[in-house]
Amino acid sequence: MDINVQKIANLSRIRLTDSEATELAPQLSSIMGYIDKLGEVNTDGVSPTAHPHDVAMPQRPDVVTNPNRRDALQQPAPRTESGLYVVPKVIE
Amino acid sequence: MPFRSLSNIQDQLNTGSTTAVEVAQLYLDRIAQYNDTLNAFVFIDPEHVLAQAEASDAYRAEHGARPLEGLPIAIKDIFCTQNGPTRCCSNILEGFEAPYDAHVITRLKEAGAVLVGKTNMDEFAMGSSNETSAFGGVQNPWNTDCIPGGSSGGSASAVAAGLTPAALGTDTGGSIRQPAALTGLVGLKPTYGRVSRRGIIAFASSLDQAGPMTRTVKDTAMLTSVMVGHDAGDATSVADAPNFDWLKACENKDMKGLRIGKPKEYFIDGMHTEVRAQVEAALKKCEELGAEIVDISLPHTEYAVAAYYVIAPSEASTNLSRYDAVRFGHRCDKPEDLEDMYARSRDEGFGAEVKRRILTGTFALSSGYYDAYYLKAQQVRTLIINDFKQAFEQVDVIATPTSPIPAFKSGEKTDDPLTMYLSDIFTIAVNLAGLPGLSQPCGFAEDLPVGLQWIAPAWQEDKILNAASAYENATDWHTKSPVKFGGAA
Repeated sequence: MDINVQKIANLSRIRLTDSEATELAPQLSSIMGYIDKLGEVNTDGVSPTAHPHDVAMPQRPDVVTNPNRRDALQQPAPRTESGLYVVPKVIE
Repeated sequence: MPFRSLSNIQDQLNTGSTTAVEVAQLYLDRIAQYNDTLNAFVFIDPEHVLAQAEASDAYRAEHGARPLEGLPIAIKDIFCTQNGPTRCCSNILEGFEAPYDAHVITRLKEAGAVLVGKTNMDEFAMGSSNETSAFGGVQNPWNTDCIPGGSSGGSASAVAAGLTPAALGTDTGGSIRQPAALTGLVGLKPTYGRVSRRGIIAFASSLDQAGPMTRTVKDTAMLTSVMVGHDAGDATSVADAPNFDWLKACENKDMKGLRIGKPKEYFIDGMHTEVRAQVEAALKKCEELGAEIVDISLPHTEYAVAAYYVIAPSEASTNLSRYDAVRFGHRCDKPEDLEDMYARSRDEGFGAEVKRRILTGTFALSSGYYDAYYLKAQQVRTLIINDFKQAFEQVDVIATPTSPIPAFKSGEKTDDPLTMYLSDIFTIAVNLAGLPGLSQPCGFAEDLPVGLQWIAPAWQEDKILNAASAYENATDWHTKSPVKFGGAA
């Protein structure tokens, strides 16, 4: 199978050098080639699994329970200022 | 002492013949002696370990012992823990310190456990040999030329070499059971939803579960009984899960009346002949103990790996989108713009296998391919789940080899990702079906441990513990330990 590695890398937001992309192409083709085996299985009328068990997703009361831990949670960020995350300029 | 079980150490602590500080010091000394060889731990803070042990001894003196009082437990680097780094053995989390403990870490602390450090693992738990770690590979104590399995390879190596009596792992496609098998340990992946995933760094959220890696079945039950229970902080943690007395489930001495399914798809040409012979011998032993062996079929087994390598990477590509260099994790130098910051930070931070999985998952979910891959894989998953449902109409538990091969040599499979993926063929279906699975030692092949895997219906870990305890009671494989590290084979 021909996979456009640079297109997928772009969707994944991973920059790949051309040599990385060249190395990955046959590996991904071989993985997807193996996965094509799924085509052998007759799945007509079979529901796709949405959850491994037959359970309903739980709901909790709609009340605020989280304490304000902004400073602790922002501590691992590469750059913050006045409680905001700082990123490169997006709008000129 | 280093190769004693948790429950044995607990007895000694309870009778006062040792203290938590003495126990902690013994393992710290062993880590200092052997970790350079094994590379099992990636972070150790001896002072913090001793402080916890002192606090535990003080607690015991004042209030009596909690369920894991003073017992050392090593933690896979995938669990968020305060007081030190949590990196999932990835460069993208260099410098990251978690602002909170994972739910199960809180449970262990409340039970009086002493957390001994963070163990090595495949980067983001993506691997079967521990060779994708940003900290380098881990040695198998039974043969240091070999891998310990993965992704919980550091936890496996640490327990097997007597650097800790027990450790936590996580299992998305076999990452507890396969390394437990390859290093001669007991490892349990509980039923999906049994253990809260909050604070465990996500890989594939419909498959991930945490569990223990220990020397005995009883130790596994002891640790799991503390880890389980509902947590409102994880939407997939099941609130009214059927429960039972975990320790009592380990008192079985025979298998009278037990119907064990032996699926033909797990005893196949191409698997290691000595591994097969050891597992067949284990099933003979079960028959002697009163079990009935029933030949069964799980017809969609051969499609499990293919379905898994669509579903797990798809979920991973979504989960790992959170590494955006904004809220935490590595950020590249001098980003030109936002796009450049995302793309370059992720290129620099992720290793080759993680990139492969993100790309595979992104491809499978991309426009035009979703139906052919993701939807198809989830349909095949339904058929795999149905296979197990039908089998459990005939039998109580299923027994299989955990891995088709014993531990392989480091570097042997790193060039070919697909060959590496196929080493998980016997563990993956259990995750797809959300079932509990346990590996226990059942012999040796090429002087390397062989694992016997038990599978039960959802929420019936007690059936697994009944069978595994009876087998353990009748054999002595769990008493072996590697001579090179002071053990007795």
